[in-house]
Amino acid sequence: MSSLRHVGTSPPRPEGGDKVGGRARYIHDITVPGMLHGAIRYSDHAHARIRRIDTSRAEALPGVRAVITAFNTPEIIIGFMGDNPVLKKDKVRQFRDELAAVAAEDAETARAAAELIEVEYEPLPGVFSVEEALAEGAPLIHETDRRGKPLSSNRLPLIFGHDSGDLAAGETAAAFVAEGSFSTPLIQQSCMGTAGALAEFDSNGNLTITAKTQIPFLAQRDFTKAMASLGLKGCSVRVVVPTLGGGFGTGLDTHVYEYISILLAWRTGKPVRVLYNREQEFAYLSPRQSTESRVRQGCDKQGRLTFRSVEVVQDNGAYASWGATYPSVMLLPTTSLYRVPAVRFRSDIVYTNNTYCQAMRGYGNPEVTLGIESTLDELAELSGIDPLEIRRINCNQPGEVTPMGLKVGTCGLAECLDRAGERSAWSEKRGQGRATSRGIGISSLIHVGGGGKIYRSDGSGIILKLDDYGVVHVNYGGVEMGQGLHSAISLMVADGLGVKPSSVIVNQTDTATCPWDVGTHASRGAFMAGNAALKACAKLRARLFEWAPRVYGDLVAENIKRARRRDGDFDPGFTEELLAKLTPGQFELLDGELFPHGETGLPPLEDAPWLKVDLGRFLRAVHFPRAGGAGTVFTEEAFYEPATELPDWEKGYGNMSASYTYGCQAIEVEVDQETGQVTVLKLVSALDVGRVLNPQTLKGQVYGGIAQGLGYALYEEVKTEGGRVLNPGFTDYKLPTASEMAFPIELEFVETDDASGPFGAKGVGEPGLVPTAPAMANAIQDAIGVRIRDLPITPEKILDALAARDGA
Amino acid sequence: MNRVTFTLNGRSTVAVVDPHKRLIDLLRDTLGETGTKEGCGEGECGACTVLVDGRAVNSCLYPAPEVEGREVLTIEGLADSRGKGLSPLQQAFLDNGGTQCGFCTPGMVMAAVDLLRRNEHPTRADIQTALTGNLCRCTGYVQIFESIEAAASATNGGES
Repeated sequence: MSSLRHVGTSPPRPEGGDKVGGRARYIHDITVPGMLHGAIRYSDHAHARIRRIDTSRAEALPGVRAVITAFNTPEIIIGFMGDNPVLKKDKVRQFRDELAAVAAEDAETARAAAELIEVEYEPLPGVFSVEEALAEGAPLIHETDRRGKPLSSNRLPLIFGHDSGDLAAGETAAAFVAEGSFSTPLIQQSCMGTAGALAEFDSNGNLTITAKTQIPFLAQRDFTKAMASLGLKGCSVRVVVPTLGGGFGTGLDTHVYEYISILLAWRTGKPVRVLYNREQEFAYLSPRQSTESRVRQGCDKQGRLTFRSVEVVQDNGAYASWGATYPSVMLLPTTSLYRVPAVRFRSDIVYTNNTYCQAMRGYGNPEVTLGIESTLDELAELSGIDPLEIRRINCNQPGEVTPMGLKVGTCGLAECLDRAGERSAWSEKRGQGRATSRGIGISSLIHVGGGGKIYRSDGSGIILKLDDYGVVHVNYGGVEMGQGLHSAISLMVADGLGVKPSSVIVNQTDTATCPWDVGTHASRGAFMAGNAALKACAKLRARLFEWAPRVYGDLVAENIKRARRRDGDFDPGFTEELLAKLTPGQFELLDGELFPHGETGLPPLEDAPWLKVDLGRFLRAVHFPRAGGAGTVFTEEAFYEPATELPDWEKGYGNMSASYTYGCQAIEVEVDQETGQVTVLKLVSALDVGRVLNPQTLKGQVYGGIAQGLGYALYEEVKTEGGRVLNPGFTDYKLPTASEMAFPIELEFVETDDASGPFGAKGVGEPGLVPTAPAMANAIQDAIGVRIRDLPITPEKILDALAARDGA
Repeated sequence: MNRVTFTLNGRSTVAVVDPHKRLIDLLRDTLGETGTKEGCGEGECGACTVLVDGRAVNSCLYPAPEVEGREVLTIEGLADSRGKGLSPLQQAFLDNGGTQCGFCTPGMVMAAVDLLRRNEHPTRADIQTALTGNLCRCTGYVQIFESIEAAASATNGGES
C-alpha cells in the first residue's frame, strides 16, 4: 500500500457523469438487432389445479414467434429449496404463478397474446396467513418436496435457532421483564428501475444473459443448471450486468422471468428481452418478508439485561427465495445487540398462497430490532433508567465474543450513543412528551460489516490490469447498483497501487471477464473489493518495482537530456551511476509517478522533479524494451476470503463476519393527537464505519437508508387480500417523497479503524434503515405515551391506540 | 400513423408515430433517446420528466402527437456538446452526490431545470415542494437538495 491520498475524499463517482447525462444504459435501454419481446401469462387464482392451457389464439396472433408452457418446454425448477417450477404444470400456488410466456416482435403484441391464452382451473382453498397455513388440516401449498417425498405441513424445513446461557436463571435474576408481540409488513423494494433480462444464444449454444442481478456468479450457476435441462450441458453461460436502477436485495435470487427470457430465446433462436413495468413489479416481483415476532427480555435493578427470547414467524408466500433465510441475520441482533447472558431464538418460516418474498436491505435485521429495541425502552421505563443510559449500561464492547460466537473486534457503539445523545440534545428533549406531543427515541443496531458467510465461500476475486498508458482496468464481479462501489474501488485502488482515481476504470461486471464473487449483498461490496484489490495492488507494486531498475535509469537520463536541451547549463546534481544502483525496494509509485525513495544519495524530489517518471511511459518502456529481449505486461489477480465461519444455523452459532458494524439513530417527533400524523423534527445517525472511504457516497447511502427506514416505519405496506396485491403502484403505495424528507438529518461517523477492513473500513450498505423504525416507535411512545408494535405506524393505528389509552 | 414535426433539444425533428403512443415512447423507442426513463407509467414517479415549451411534464402521460410544433427538452439536450458534456446543473448533481443508481436522475434534473427557470434562488422548502412528484429510492433526497442549492448559488439558475 502506498500512502493515503484519495481514500477519505469525495471525487465525483466514476459512473456518475453518464447517469446525470442520461447516457447510462439500464436493461430498459438495451436493444439488440432481431430482439423479440417477451410477456408472461400469470395465474388468475391464488391456489388452483391447472386443468388445461389453450395457447391457440395467442399463437395465431400476427407477430407472435413463440408461445411456451410447461407442456411444450423442458422442466426447470428454481429456488434453493427446489420448489418453484418456471412454468407451472400441475397447479398454481399464488396469483403471480407463471403459466405461459410469449415472444413477439413488439412488446404490445406479446402482452396482447399473453392475455389471449385460455386457462381452465380447478380452484383450491387457499391459506393467506401463517395461522391459516399452520391450522390443523390446512391445504398444503406443496404436497411434496423436491425429491417427491410427501410433505405434511406448510412449515418450511429450515431451522434457525439459538440457546445460550441459562434462560431460567436469567428470568429469575430479572427484576423487570418486558414482553410484546410485533409485526412488520410486506414492503416493496421499489427500485426505480424495474426488473428485466435480455437473453441470447450464439450458434454454439452458449448463452449470454444481461440481467438485473446482484449475484452474477450464483446466477451463472443457476442458469448453467437450467442449460442442462435444455440439452445444452457443457455450453457456457455468461452473465452481464447492465447499469442497475437500484438493487436493495431484489437481485439476490434468480427469477422466473429470467428463465423465461432464456427459454424464449432458446425456442426462437432470437434475443429475447423481458421487462417488468411498475404494476408488474408490485404484483409479480417478490417483496420483503412480513413477520410476526414475540420478544421478551429482562433486566436487573441496575438495568443489566439478564435474558432475551425472540420468536419469529415469517409468511414466506408460495415459494422459497433466499429471503426465507432472514432468520440467519435475525440471529445477529437477537444474540449480539447489547450484552445478554442468556438468549433464546426460534423461527418458523411458513408457506402460504401469498406472493412469495425475497431479500431486502437489512434482511431480517430491522424485523427483530424493532421488538428488541421497543422492549428495551419498556425495561428502561420499568427500571426508571433513562433509555439512552440503559443502552450504555448494556453496550457492546470491543473485543468481546457474543453468545453467537461473533468476534466483535472494534466496536464504536458507546461512542455512537454518546454522539447521538449530544447531537440530538437527548437529555433536554427526552420525557417532555405528554404536554407537548413531542418526543425523542433511540435505537441501536448491529450488522455484519465484514461480509456475511452464508455459503461455503464468502470470497471475492479481482483482476487489475495495467494498460500501456498507466490506466488500471479493474475487473470485479461485484455489482454497482447506486451504492458507490465503483467510487470506493477507484479510491482504494488509487491509494493501494499509487495512481490517481481518474486512472482507475472499473469495467462492466461480466462473468466472462471477472473472477468469481459471491455477490453484492450483506453490505460486503466495498469491504471485499477493497481487501481483494489491496492484495492485487501489493502484487502489482512488487512486480513493477522489480522491473523498475531495468528501465528507470534510461527514462531519467532522457528527462535529464530534455532538461539540458532547454538549458545548456543544466546540472542534475548527481551522477547517473547512482541511478544504476537503485534496487526494487528503493522505488515508490504515487499518483501515477514512479520515483526513488529512501537512502539513495539522490537529491530530494522537490529539487529534482526529473526523477519522476510517468507510469504509462514506464510501462511502455518495460513492454517494448529498447535494449531488446522480452518485455512484460502487468495483470494481477487476487482472491480474498475472510477468515470467518459458516454458522451452524440450528445452534445459531458461528463468527459469520470479519467485522461488525454498530450504530444508532435518535429521532425527535411531534405527533398530532387529532389526526395521528407524525412529523419528524430531527434525526441523528451515528455509525461506526471503521473508516470513511468516500464521505459523500457514505452519507448518500446512510441518507438513503434512513429514507427507507422512514418508509418502513410510517408509510409503506404492500396490501394483499386473498393473495392478491391490492396496491400495485405508487398511487396507493406510499414511498417517502422529498416532502417527507424535509427534516434535518445529522450524520456522525465513528472511525474505529478495524484491522480486517480495507483501510480499516467496515461494510455500511444496510445499517441506515435498521434502527429507524424502532427509534420512531420509541419516539412516538415518548411523545404521546402509546406504544405501536405494528409497522407501519399509520395515523389510524396511532388514533386507535390513543382511543384505547383514553378509554382504558 | 401520425407525422409530427417538433423541436427536440434544439433540433428540428420529424417522426412518424402511432397516435396512441406517449411522448416517452416517441423519445425512447422511435428516436432512440433513452436518457428519459420510465419509472411507473402513471405520472407518479417523475423519472420521465421532460420540458415541453419550457414546462415540466410527465412524458409517460403526454400524448406523442401533442408535441406537434412544440419544443421538447430532455436530459440529452442540457449538455454542452463542446465541453465535458454536462450542464452546470448536471455537474452540480455529479459533484454533490445527487445521483446514486441514477434512474430517477434525468427526471430529477429536468424538474430542477424547471424549478430554477421559475425561481433562480429557491429555498430548501421550494426545492422540496418542486421535487415532490419525483421519487428517488436511493438518496433520501438530501444530496439532491444540496445539488440544486449548489447549482443555484453558483450560477443564475444552473444553465448558464
